[in-house]
Amino acid sequence: MTDISGENAGRRPLLSLRNINMTFGGVKALKNVSFDVLPGEVHCLAGENGSGKSTLIKIITGVYRPEAGAVIDYDGETYSHMSPVTAQNGGIQVIWQDLALFPEMTVAENIAFQTLLGRWPRFVNYGRMRETAIRALKRLGVTLDVDLPLKEFPIAQRQIVAIARALVGEAKIVFMDEPTASLTQSETDHLLDIVRTLSASGVAVVFVSHRLAEVLEISSRLTVLRDGALVGVYPTEGMTQSRITELMTGRTFDQHVRATPKDANPVVLEVKKLTRPGQFEDISFTVRRGETLGITGLLGAGRTELALSLFGMLKPQSGEVVLVGKPVHFSSNREAIAAGVAYLSEDRLSLGLIQPQSIADNLVIASLDGIRTGGLLSDERKHRLVAQWVTDLGVKIGKQSDAISTLSGGNQQRIAIAKWLATNPKLLILDAPTVGVDVGARAGIFEIVAKLAESGLAIILISDEVPEVYFNADRVLHMAGGRISAVFDPRQCALQDIEAAVYA
Amino acid sequence: MRKIIQSHATEFALLAVIVLISLFLSLATDRFFSLGNAFDLLNTSSVNIIFAVGLLVVLIAGGIDISFAVAASVVQYVAALLLESIGGGGWFSGLLIAAILGVSLGAINALLIHRFRIISIVATIATFNIYFGLLMFFTRGVSIYNLPDWLTSRVILFEHEMADGSWVEITLPVLVMVICVVATWVLITRTTTGRQLYAFGDNPEGARRFGINVGAMQFIAFGWLGLMAGIAGLIQAHYAQEVVPNALYGRELDVLAAVVLGGARLGGGKGTVLGCVLGVLMISITQNGLNLMGVSPFAFKMIIGAIILVAITLSNTSIERLLPFMREGKSR
Repeated sequence: MTDISGENAGRRPLLSLRNINMTFGGVKALKNVSFDVLPGEVHCLAGENGSGKSTLIKIITGVYRPEAGAVIDYDGETYSHMSPVTAQNGGIQVIWQDLALFPEMTVAENIAFQTLLGRWPRFVNYGRMRETAIRALKRLGVTLDVDLPLKEFPIAQRQIVAIARALVGEAKIVFMDEPTASLTQSETDHLLDIVRTLSASGVAVVFVSHRLAEVLEISSRLTVLRDGALVGVYPTEGMTQSRITELMTGRTFDQHVRATPKDANPVVLEVKKLTRPGQFEDISFTVRRGETLGITGLLGAGRTELALSLFGMLKPQSGEVVLVGKPVHFSSNREAIAAGVAYLSEDRLSLGLIQPQSIADNLVIASLDGIRTGGLLSDERKHRLVAQWVTDLGVKIGKQSDAISTLSGGNQQRIAIAKWLATNPKLLILDAPTVGVDVGARAGIFEIVAKLAESGLAIILISDEVPEVYFNADRVLHMAGGRISAVFDPRQCALQDIEAAVYA
Repeated sequence: MRKIIQSHATEFALLAVIVLISLFLSLATDRFFSLGNAFDLLNTSSVNIIFAVGLLVVLIAGGIDISFAVAASVVQYVAALLLESIGGGGWFSGLLIAAILGVSLGAINALLIHRFRIISIVATIATFNIYFGLLMFFTRGVSIYNLPDWLTSRVILFEHEMADGSWVEITLPVLVMVICVVATWVLITRTTTGRQLYAFGDNPEGARRFGINVGAMQFIAFGWLGLMAGIAGLIQAHYAQEVVPNALYGRELDVLAAVVLGGARLGGGKGTVLGCVLGVLMISITQNGLNLMGVSPFAFKMIIGAIILVAITLSNTSIERLLPFMREGKSR
């Protein structure tokens, strides 16, 4: 099971866990899991949400204590559990998804933060702190102005600061939790270069990511967890994305091009020469009843701005939008919603859903008019509406009154879609609908999209993951630099054709 | 240089507003631009500056405190009674008593916030009412005029006779203020504890993951404000030569406005001693100028409110739009 194959054979693991069991409130989070990391390797930890990845990381970093019988060998010592202090002093560093940085403090302070710790107050040695910071950045081959506050830097550079900070702690092994979740393609490439640099200098990196393409590109070995149990350890060479998906979910997804001709259907949306200088220019396309139009392109290509213009939240400077035969000029998104346009925002967690509120309240927020009796909201009509959508979209919920934050990413996304469907739209715009959603749940979301299209809805599907639009849209627009640079028909081109165009 | 201006945009904006107001007042009144008036300003602002640097530390650590001004009143009153009972005392015992009482009252706030998880604004509104209520209940609003001689006699550290025969002087409150300002500056910029306070205010969860002692942070922040409030209370009694139970009531909002004006952020992680001092000075200068111009005191609050709004808008939002070269520097 834990075969160390090929070139790695015979190397002693830096970190080796055996017999790891963990139970939370009666639920087994980890079942007899083992895990090895070799010195200096890039190792990927894969699994769906809830598969036990984070629990495992927290056990290694000493946040949780595994059940009795666990054996943790690290750097020549054997432990029954770790503590945060032994983990940190031993060189185990974690770069959390939220980075845990201090935006108001300078880059130097953020990187050399450990020098500020300690039980008793000391005077701060700013000179030494700067040197430490610059040295750590140099190891990564990066130069940043270490005297500026961190908030001046974009997220990609903050990530680098977090990595540099891990190096200051004399890291032997660095865990990266979804490090590329909010990076663009070129930033991701840069980050992967840095990971290679780290690995070449002898630091082992454990990479946790939803993006399987990266996993294949960067890691040499792969450990897959499913439902808290170890599925296996595999060399990355020879792996494919669909094989990893299969291992992670235990199911096979046969991805096939869904595109079918929709040319006979009536036009729902026609966009003519729509322009908003600096963001998009001369955009023309149509979407027909029952059609799914995919729009892809790099971050910053103007996709989201275009979508927001169709939704009435940005004003185009020139051009025309015709919705079901009538020219429209929305001055607010309320008008757009009334006219039958729905927009599922890119940033579901902060913009699309109101996290502390209940599932039911989130679902009806855009269609309150529909559940009024007289002037007042009717609880009964609300519950009926919610129950109907929950069944229709197959959302797994406890009670309608539970907070939306209790649902998994995939189920939250379904509620967000239901919220807009409840407004009876003619056109549904989905902006990056699978960000933060597991592979398994993604397939479910696209099932829903296909069903909605079948029922006659016109859909615009925006995504920077080319396979998503290739497999699920009837036509694919490629946007670059604010313009439509090409239109693809998935039935007549290969996935690689679109990818080549996008990443050229 | 650009870097310095950029990282201290708030302070420079405030300084610019202060210069503008001062220029205007120098032209509008003949008394404003004089050494005597400048020293007067320092003497009268000292107590507020001591409060302000204390409050700054709490704001940096991500808290807020409404109770410190009435806590200072409690300290004044109790210290006066204690000093009387030990037969007068002196500056040393007076400051020691004030410091201990102040720190204790601050620690009560920290205890409520840390131990009982009450958010700081609610906790300190409660203690504000409790402290003030207890004080008024037990004193029945009676003031103390019979203070020890050492406390009421003015201590002049520097005096100089001007050409026109008037005297300019710097008094003890200014010295105490300078010590408090320097001590606070050293604490928050030069010690690891101070930087931990910034980090804690900036990203509490991040600080916790680094093993920073969150409880200690609260006690240090509120304890420091308590210390400053205790000292300020004693100095105010010295300056006023009496202890009036409700003399400092309402001071908390003036000081809070001045500190926020100086660039501290409600929410933590941001703020400088310089900005804080400038914030207090700006409000004092305005008030002083209005006095000299003979504006009705009833209009003061209104005008100061308007100036706070203007200054905050200037320093927070549009400084970079006003000075285009800064934007360049930012967009790297």
